[in-house]
Amino acid sequence: MTILDTPPSPTPARLLDTNGVGRLLDALREGGYEVIGPTVRDRAIVYDTIGNVADLPAGWTDRQDAGQYRLERRDDHALFGYAVGPHSWKRYLQPPATTLWRARRTDDSFEVETVADEAPSRFAFVGVRACELHAMRIQDRVLDGDQEPDPVYHARRNDAFIVAVNCAQAGGTCFCVSMETGPGADGGFDICLTELVEPDRHVFVAVSGSVRGQEMLDVTEPATAGPDDVRKAEAVVERTAASMGRSLDTRGIHDLLLSNPEHPRWDDVAARCLTCANCTMVCPTCFCTSVDDLTDVSGQVAERVRRWDSCFTMEHSYLHGGSVRASARSRYRQWLTHKLATWLDQFGTSGCVGCGRCITWCPVGIDLTEEVRAIRDTQPTGTRSGGSDGRT
Amino acid sequence: MARAHRKPRLAVWKFASCDGCQLSLLDCEDELLAVAGAVEIAYFPEASRAMVRGPYDISLVEGSVTTPHDAERIQAIRRQSRHLVTIGACATAGGIQALRNFRDITEFVSVVYARPDYIETLATSTPIAHHVSVDFELRGCPISKAQLVEVLSAFIAGRKPVTPAHSVCIECKARGNVCVTVAHGTPCLGPVTHAGCGALCPSYHRGCYGCFGPMESPNTRSLSTRLAALGMTAGDIGRVYRTFNALADPFREESEAHDT
Ligand code: SF4
Ligand code: SF4
Ligand code: SF4
Repeated sequence: MTILDTPPSPTPARLLDTNGVGRLLDALREGGYEVIGPTVRDRAIVYDTIGNVADLPAGWTDRQDAGQYRLERRDDHALFGYAVGPHSWKRYLQPPATTLWRARRTDDSFEVETVADEAPSRFAFVGVRACELHAMRIQDRVLDGDQEPDPVYHARRNDAFIVAVNCAQAGGTCFCVSMETGPGADGGFDICLTELVEPDRHVFVAVSGSVRGQEMLDVTEPATAGPDDVRKAEAVVERTAASMGRSLDTRGIHDLLLSNPEHPRWDDVAARCLTCANCTMVCPTCFCTSVDDLTDVSGQVAERVRRWDSCFTMEHSYLHGGSVRASARSRYRQWLTHKLATWLDQFGTSGCVGCGRCITWCPVGIDLTEEVRAIRDTQPTGTRSGGSDGRT
Repeated sequence: MARAHRKPRLAVWKFASCDGCQLSLLDCEDELLAVAGAVEIAYFPEASRAMVRGPYDISLVEGSVTTPHDAERIQAIRRQSRHLVTIGACATAGGIQALRNFRDITEFVSVVYARPDYIETLATSTPIAHHVSVDFELRGCPISKAQLVEVLSAFIAGRKPVTPAHSVCIECKARGNVCVTVAHGTPCLGPVTHAGCGALCPSYHRGCYGCFGPMESPNTRSLSTRLAALGMTAGDIGRVYRTFNALADPFREESEAHDT
């Protein structure tokens, strides 16, 4: 994908400098948005509330590998010269814990109150990457579909203003090219920026993907981007696409995984897997939650709280009498086959966007691309190349 | 809806321990009045001289069994208690004093005490559940105040307490922490440790010390491989599993596997 594939942009590409990005952040805040974006904290680039350009991780980058993340200095002042970090936008769209309702005891009965979501009225997400836009679309299908949309997700997602950034540098665990989800944003944003850091200038090629995006861009008084700038922006994305840290052969992956439930590799990964659930916590598409019913000590108030859960916990598969997936083997297999195979049956897309977070943030560095490769390389002949079902 | 006519009677008992867990009950500033309103605090020598005789509806038991006298006392407490809930690492896993179980107690006694013949103690420090049946074990060194209030609320309401047995990592990620193992190279026991503290240490850039004991499906062997890769010696690895929950089987076995 290149930026020229973005949905019809009402006006040609524009050009901002760093001050222009600052004006954009100001305009968003003045427009009533809570601006969330990348910032350095605890030796990583996380997402948090952003005041101004100075809060962005200028001159910082990350070095990522399986089970390893290191914040490092760049030799320039790029604002977005890093890959995705430990946070994903999921923490804002589907927060880690939400009180759904509360009931109070009355004289002879009880009254139920709905609890208002404490989120700001509107979020603006700045620095959203292509894979993350795809992850949002996947979560939209799960949480904001026609049937029973989740009101908390819907309210937070619906009005969110999205400033995407095309990736100028692939992370060590990225494989969006394999998943066809990046590194260029192909829609789903209001504004998309491509950062050009040159010896004598530091600019951002900006396109809008919506009318409100265009209006917001106009407020920043941008220059018009020349054809040369647009070409350079495309080259940035191409260069990134050519330097992915990881790859995943998705040919026939649905049948490959589902026809190998007894493959010895599941035992091998189970010996390493901690069932700690970090992979699912950091995954931008994992959506599982659990609900707790709580009462206070006086017995006057009851609450239902929804919190992030994971297929790696025992409770997740608890049926009467015990957990269905008691072994690490069955839990890892459930996760991987759902993510890469049965998600296709359930939602029509893969559950993986190739962001690499589960690889980087696994404390023991388990790498799903390696696990799939091992299964593909050592399965009985006949199913090796796959690809016959046309799914990816 | 009518509530029970009589308030449930609460007793708090101490065995070999530091008092930290039972003091967390007094520490529940905001909730203390509500707790005092919901239960009759019948026996709690740390808080009140008034001692109402049993039986008790809920007995909170802190500490481990380290003397012949205590081994008898816990039987009497069990007989007087409808629900017996252990609080803290000592009561659920023998506590730090269970380190004696790995060594010779007579040698310790002879070195530590001026008059060893005054000391009557058992060779081991053992969890309450090794002596009597326990209705619920609340983890932690010390326990979390919020979880204690949750357990009391649950027992009063007759429901199951919500104290998830998954890893500390889930709490760590929910809190938005940056993983100290992955991003800083700091050894952390979070992946094999039972949740409940809210990932307190990682929130302050420290590795988890395992205060809440083993989580539901701890893979200590795999984590030890990573701890070694982060530079810990076999002796160090043996020691990190042998702290407050040294007698909890998964931690005990892993520490023994690293005995040098
Ligand atoms: S499975 Fe891993 S690589 Fe794929 S979207 Fe989730 S975190 Fe990213
Ligand atoms: S794959 Fe890694 S992050 Fe996921 S549960 Fe296993 S050890 Fe934890
Ligand atoms: S810092 Fe420790 S508890 Fe937190 S995610 Fe990392 S390994 Fe788990």
